Amino acid sequence: MADLLIELFSEEIPARMQTRAREDLKKLMTDGLVEAGLTYASAGAFSTPRRLVLSVDGLTAESRSVREERKGPSVSAPAQAVEGFLRSTGLTLDQLERRADKKGETYYAVVEKPGRAAAVIVAEVLETTIRSFPWPKSMRWGAGTLRWVRPLQGIICLLTDETGAHVVPMSVDGIEAGNVTEGHRFMGNGRFTVSGFDDYVVKLKRAKVVLDTAEREAAIWQGAQNLAFAAGMEVVADPGLLAEVAGLVEWPVPLMGRIAPTFLDLPPEVLQTSMKEHQKFFSVRNPKTGRIEGFVTVANIEAADGGEVILKGNQKVLAARLSDAKFFWENDLRVAKAGMGEWAEGLKAVSFHNKLGSQADRIDRIAALAREIAPLVGSDPADAERAARLAKLDLRSAMVGEFPELQGVMGRYYALEAGEKASVADAARDHWRPKGESDSVPSEPVSVAVALADKIDTLTGFWAIDEKPTGSKDPFALRRAALGVVRLVLGNGVRALSLKVILKSLVIRFKSSHNRFFDYSASREFDPAVHTEILSGKTRTDVSEYFLLRNVDANAAHWIDIWAERFDWRGSSTSIKPPESLEVWADQGLFTGPEEASKTFSAVCDFIERNDELQEFFKGTLGPDGHGKVGESLNSHLTGISADLLAFFHDRLKVTLRDQGVSHDIIDACLAMPGNDDLTLLVKRATALSETLRTEDGANLLQGFKRANNILSQAEAKDGVEYSFGAELKFAETEEERALFAALDKAEAAIGPAMKAEDFGTAMAAMAALRGPIDAFFTAVQVNSDNGVVRRNRLNLLHRIRAICSGVADLTRIEG
Amino acid sequence: MSDALTTPRSFQEIILRLQAYWASKGCAVLQPYDMEVGAGTFHPATTLRSLGSKPWAAAYVQPSRRPTDGRYGENPNRLQHYYQYQVIIKPSPPDLQALYLGSLAAIGIDLRLHDIRFVEDDWESPTLGAWGLGWEVWCDGMEVSQFTYFQQVGGHDCKPVSGELTYGLERLAMYVMGVDHVMEMPFNDPDSPTPMKYGDIFRQTEEEYSRHNFDGASTEMLFQHFKDAEAECERLLAFDPVDPKNGKRIIMVHPAYDQTIKASHLFNLLDARGVISVTERQAYIGRVRALAKKCADAFRMTDAGQDTVG
Repeated sequence: MADLLIELFSEEIPARMQTRAREDLKKLMTDGLVEAGLTYASAGAFSTPRRLVLSVDGLTAESRSVREERKGPSVSAPAQAVEGFLRSTGLTLDQLERRADKKGETYYAVVEKPGRAAAVIVAEVLETTIRSFPWPKSMRWGAGTLRWVRPLQGIICLLTDETGAHVVPMSVDGIEAGNVTEGHRFMGNGRFTVSGFDDYVVKLKRAKVVLDTAEREAAIWQGAQNLAFAAGMEVVADPGLLAEVAGLVEWPVPLMGRIAPTFLDLPPEVLQTSMKEHQKFFSVRNPKTGRIEGFVTVANIEAADGGEVILKGNQKVLAARLSDAKFFWENDLRVAKAGMGEWAEGLKAVSFHNKLGSQADRIDRIAALAREIAPLVGSDPADAERAARLAKLDLRSAMVGEFPELQGVMGRYYALEAGEKASVADAARDHWRPKGESDSVPSEPVSVAVALADKIDTLTGFWAIDEKPTGSKDPFALRRAALGVVRLVLGNGVRALSLKVILKSLVIRFKSSHNRFFDYSASREFDPAVHTEILSGKTRTDVSEYFLLRNVDANAAHWIDIWAERFDWRGSSTSIKPPESLEVWADQGLFTGPEEASKTFSAVCDFIERNDELQEFFKGTLGPDGHGKVGESLNSHLTGISADLLAFFHDRLKVTLRDQGVSHDIIDACLAMPGNDDLTLLVKRATALSETLRTEDGANLLQGFKRANNILSQAEAKDGVEYSFGAELKFAETEEERALFAALDKAEAAIGPAMKAEDFGTAMAAMAALRGPIDAFFTAVQVNSDNGVVRRNRLNLLHRIRAICSGVADLTRIEG
Repeated sequence: MSDALTTPRSFQEIILRLQAYWASKGCAVLQPYDMEVGAGTFHPATTLRSLGSKPWAAAYVQPSRRPTDGRYGENPNRLQHYYQYQVIIKPSPPDLQALYLGSLAAIGIDLRLHDIRFVEDDWESPTLGAWGLGWEVWCDGMEVSQFTYFQQVGGHDCKPVSGELTYGLERLAMYVMGVDHVMEMPFNDPDSPTPMKYGDIFRQTEEEYSRHNFDGASTEMLFQHFKDAEAECERLLAFDPVDPKNGKRIIMVHPAYDQTIKASHLFNLLDARGVISVTERQAYIGRVRALAKKCADAFRMTDAGQDTVG
């Protein structure tokens, strides 16, 4: 038995990579050792900014010897076969064994592989581990070819057993393993030799290095708290920061300082973010005032002056940072108190996406959509619209420019300063949520309305310009947005947030694009003659560019594409024939002049606005003014996008439900039912179905249903009819048959009202209760009776089973 | 390192001490490049010389311009024209960190009294097509240097790897001397017959250039010059490598690279004038990078940029 100590000594390893590196070192080494035939009792990995360390206890001294036996050719086989066998085993003929068997004598190769010394195996595994270490980013240095996270400077590889400590002979790219290391960069006293892990830990501590990250974390946290308590304050806990800081120091020395009074009026989030992001300081709160009034910085050195110079330096840097923050805050407050109009104006010049208009356009759309969604989530429409108009204004504030992570938090402060009500101001902060999987979902109705409108607008926008996520590419985080919608809907039990809302969002987008296009046309004193001349002989691409060059929003080009398709103007290489094309356009009322064109589209849009039943509009025509074509192509275009986007929501939902243990076939069974755009309903159904199928009755019912369905489907295919004529009790021959009639009556009576009340649990329990009668029926009765009347009646009876079950979910989609 | 040096008394004394220190460590002390650059990295002694396998060690001061950072001389530590101190050594020596710490001691930073930290910071220059890994070096929480192991420059793998150190001289000097506003920092010896502060030399120019960068510079001219520099760079590199006048192989890499530097600075000015949109920005950066890559390709064909065998 031996103990192994490995230290990989390097220049500073990024703090964020250390945890993973410890795990990887331990796994790669121990897996490699075990695979090579060694066993060990326990292993532990450690890290500091300058070293990655592994300690393995109870390692076997050598791997077990292995005896390998291979059967060769028969002794009487041709010489070539025997030679081939010798080559493949590396043995000579006299080393082979001859064994008698039924067919005569056969050659056997018996190879004894002796065990290998631990040192040899360790050297091999360590070299492989170093060369293949999975750093998130690695580099070369000097003239070498080895890659490591930062230059690797030394290796300790030491096996200790009862005879003493032995350096494992190995080297990687000229770095020889040894038993020597050094301590703290500034406080250590040169290099020293170690004889094993315990000796290593003790000597490191003497050289001012705490090896164990957990010990450093504890020291930092304890030290910080002691400093704060002594001043009657408390440290704000921040586990992420604690782990990071512990990865930045070998010898933590917490120091506490005060924030200058001039900065104390800054919002606590600003102080915390500035101190954490820029300086890696912990925030210290005064419980009496509730304000952040101090900080703890963690030095990596015990300075002779007790850290006075260090603290003074840090304080100075902080003051410079906070001066900036204060400057931003004061400027922002001025704009906020004036109603934030400057920012709203500024957002007109900020592009959201070059095909989706400016941030201001985006806000207009979100505001319109939030107003529509508001009643569905119990919010006042005016509040929702107001909140949507304010929610993104802080994007233009200086503070968010400096600290993007404060987006929303600042928006709330500024909205309050502008005199908005709390629920409206809160939406500025909360409409961004959920920001990630661990973030919770807002529940305040105004926030929910704006959060949904924001995310749906983003999704319909990117769907409209066909920039959907593909594979691992999702540059606009659309999956996260869709998952956000799903979570907002489910978390708040939102109902009726359906295809209609998606369509509404698309219509709002359509309308705003067109308005802007015609505004443009009007502003340029639209002259068809000019357009005819310009467009003459040009390709579709040229036309798009023509509008782009004139600084029309890129949406114009997009809509030209759509019009082009609509008016059979296909392919970018086809030249337009201006008279004809423009005539067609004019016939549609699009190009007879800005006023008419504007009016036409206003009419279209107003129509959509006035009518709740958007589907109707898209299906039908516009009536007497003869713009049916526009309606039709809009219909197919927009409903196509909506359906595709809904499928995307369903995919997100599947992931969510799968994580909750609902399998994909259960979801498919529910997706096949009507009303599947109501995600809340969908989940209720899927959850109930999943639970039902987990019961014994449910599982057996499924088998019964499948059996019934199979027999029925086969008969229907064979006979070419659907057995939906209704079964009659009078043709029933057995008790079991009659019992099934009674059970189906009872189930129908229970399921109908339960489904109406969306009480899927009751409906499915009633369905599952059919299990007994169905099983008994199949045991007692032969469906395909010789008597045609009886057979037909039984098939009609099976049809009732299918109909009842299919009203609850499409059970044919369930696997197993 | 343990000799406690006195605290420097002027900006120039810090520069002089760095020059003496790196000279003593074997670096060729070069002079600033005579063109407008955004950072010391643009000096051909760094960009071009980090390519190829020939050993190289140089140190120099480089005046650097960041037009958007102009604050009319009012901000205590933001300037549109400032100085960087740059050290570039190829291949990076194994004790580069220790050498660097020695330079801090040389300018009066007592390493037993201050908290020096190497904090992860990966460096990337999209305009140069270059990246490397390293740290920003903190002294008592303040970033005083950038420390980088070059991995790629102009799209070429750096083999061997160069170690690059960049000191922001004004900020470092202010910290060492305890000065709160850059304009108040002594430039020369405060006891000299003509003591001058940083502001005596640069306050007026900061004002003038701030106005120029934000409002004055002719954007039409800048756009045109950008196009010209781009075209000229490509034209120079398109010449036959063999000079017909003397039959020698002369690739005009440095003259072409000068045009790359120009294009980069012109882009920075246009950016400061606020006439480059977010989407155009990427396109312009890409155009400069394309030039830098072509220069790097060409430099690799020259004597100085080749891989020596053995």
